[in-house]
Amino acid sequence: MVQRQELGGLRGLANLPNQVYRKSVKRGFEFTLMVVGESGLGKSTLINSLFLTDLYSKDYPGPSQRIKKTVQVEQSKVLIKEGGVQLTLTIVDTPGFGDAVDNSNCWQPVINYIDSKCEDFLNAESRVNRRSMPDNRVHCCLYFIAPSGHGLKPLDIEFMKRLHDKVNVIPLIAKADTLTPEECQLFKKQIMKEIQEHKIKIYEFPDTEDDEDNKLIRKIKEKMPLAVVGSNVVIEVNGKKVRGRQYPWGVAEVENGEHCDFTVLRNMLIRTHMQNLKDVTNNVHYENYRSKKLAAVTCNGVDNSKVKGQLTKSPLAQMEEERREHVMKMKKMEAEMEQVFEMKVKEKKQKLKDSEAELERRHEQMKRNLEAQYKELEEKRRVFEEEKINWEAQQKILEQQKLDASKSVSQWLQRVFTCKFKFNFSPLTCCI
Amino acid sequence: MTEPFPPTSAIPVPVGSHGSASGGSTLLGYIGIDTIIEQMRKKTMKAGFDFNIMVVGHSGLGKSTLLNTLFKSQVSRRNAGWPRDEKIPKTVEIKSVSHVIEEGGVKMKLTVVDTPGFGDQINNDNCWEPISKYINEQFEKFLKEEVNITRKKRIPDTRVHCCIYFIPPTGHSLRQLDIEFMKRLSHSVNIIPVIAKADTMTIEERQEFKQRVRKELETSGVEFYPQKEFDDDMEDKSDNDKIRETMPFAVVGSDKEYQVNGKRVLGRKTAWGIVEVENSNHCEFAKLRDFLIRSHLQDLKEVTHNIHYETYRAKRLNENGGLHPISSNGTQESNL
Repeated sequence: MVQRQELGGLRGLANLPNQVYRKSVKRGFEFTLMVVGESGLGKSTLINSLFLTDLYSKDYPGPSQRIKKTVQVEQSKVLIKEGGVQLTLTIVDTPGFGDAVDNSNCWQPVINYIDSKCEDFLNAESRVNRRSMPDNRVHCCLYFIAPSGHGLKPLDIEFMKRLHDKVNVIPLIAKADTLTPEECQLFKKQIMKEIQEHKIKIYEFPDTEDDEDNKLIRKIKEKMPLAVVGSNVVIEVNGKKVRGRQYPWGVAEVENGEHCDFTVLRNMLIRTHMQNLKDVTNNVHYENYRSKKLAAVTCNGVDNSKVKGQLTKSPLAQMEEERREHVMKMKKMEAEMEQVFEMKVKEKKQKLKDSEAELERRHEQMKRNLEAQYKELEEKRRVFEEEKINWEAQQKILEQQKLDASKSVSQWLQRVFTCKFKFNFSPLTCCI
Repeated sequence: MTEPFPPTSAIPVPVGSHGSASGGSTLLGYIGIDTIIEQMRKKTMKAGFDFNIMVVGHSGLGKSTLLNTLFKSQVSRRNAGWPRDEKIPKTVEIKSVSHVIEEGGVKMKLTVVDTPGFGDQINNDNCWEPISKYINEQFEKFLKEEVNITRKKRIPDTRVHCCIYFIPPTGHSLRQLDIEFMKRLSHSVNIIPVIAKADTMTIEERQEFKQRVRKELETSGVEFYPQKEFDDDMEDKSDNDKIRETMPFAVVGSDKEYQVNGKRVLGRKTAWGIVEVENSNHCEFAKLRDFLIRSHLQDLKEVTHNIHYETYRAKRLNENGGLHPISSNGTQESNL
């Protein structure tokens, strides 16, 4: 017999939602939003306006300001705190989408990205150690439609057809201040008609039991696709400060429900349906992916792409495998470090060799200098020797001349004396 | 058309006995050379003239609306029987519609050539080829007529005199497709780039975008009309420089009228105001209209005839050793 206990007061079960609330607030929330559209449709501005942050500011320009040749997928994370609740918002941008002349398969990088995130989650879910399971799956994809006023372009239709069963697609009409209200209505009708024609499954707002909520939801459904205008510039209108775009003919207010559907989008995305988007991603899109992936494995048992067979093994085998993986990782790291070390050693050797060569060269240079100087010196010495010889020769000649001169003088003197001797031999002259 | 000069003081020529002594005239004689302008005018008015304009741009940029606004009448093919929400064609088609517009006794046969399907596909490689082929075909037709032995008195002119290229107002820069198209076609036709749907951008955004577009056009070597190399004299050059500084024109088109300050104006009514098409503070439509129709219409035709057509003709005659003229009874003659 189950004894029913009388609880004093209603502090018991009714408190459960509060407990859940407190726990999740502590954990914090994660949300991944993807924006897709041609460049120049105001995606970055809209993100800035939605979350009132400067995710793309002048110092860190958004992808659209940079020229891209192929479609890239870039993600940026931002942490938003409000009222004690913490949200890790990841924005995934796709610069280069639809910008080239030939845009075939420009949706492929996007599909690959979404699939890889689902695969990561699948792997994380299948591990034995599941303590930290980050949810990086794309919860919502905002698709920006250019405001031509006519209808969807072939590119739009192709993209949405390929992505509607992988992610929640919410189509938006970008730069809606281009259209007058009548044009906007016609355009929306045309788009919805084409979406139904091509059987594209955009995100459906679920019906709740609450009548009030249902009315709101029906209103939102009528306005699909939402026509949005983004701006972070604050302008003064009639004494009030509003965010908007200033034209010579008026101010288009972003948060005015009659001007555009921005407030509807913001409320729906953040205030009411964020959790639902995550749930649908988890229950529908992710499960689709998972069943497709696993069905492919079990039909094709010898399929050996990375981690598919894990669910059929026992936990022990799983642990064994994880240990092996870990060991392999360590080995790889070791090998890498060895490699790095080798490379450094080689570099150092090379540097030493280089400096050796340098020194060698300098030594050669100096030797040659020395030799040149020596030669110069030799040359000078030779010249000097020559001069000396010349000078000596000259001296000799001079001496010879002097000698000759003195010889002739002495000869003359001798003659004079002999004459004198011949004629007057006196004892005086003998003394000479 | 320019106003006829009133016969004012001609240089007095001593013509002798014909000196008239009438009241206010200081002329000794009047020859009447200046009446040739009046004669030309009368002739042109009787003959009327043709103008062929081509619009290129991907769908939804307001090409048809702009044409209707420019010529203040329903001239685009949309109103000539084609439904508004036509499916986007799989390849670029060329569709032309002709109208005769009359104003002040002057008749103009306006032919509008539209290019649906341009830039709308997923793969837009070579979407400029059908357009290039069409332009060359018109040149070829004219050349064949000219080369004939017995020529018609007035060769019907279907050559494209002007091509208005619509640039989507992304606010960032030109797309690859825009640059490719303009590079390839600026040598066979006069290209006038305009920024479509200019009410998307605020005034500052518009200025920045224009500057960026001009710079990109310069670095890619695209010579849009009025081309710098064809300026005749200093006066032309200074006029055209001023125009080139403000190109590409940011335009808004509309064929609906609204009441603003007691006046009826063409405009677009949004929840926050009315965009007036002919208000130069709002957009540059008036500038485009004046430039295209009131001042440079004849010049466009002349540049097409004297330069683009001549280039085509020289190329054609140099290849294959020349063209064989075919007389009206079919016998062939030797080379030109």
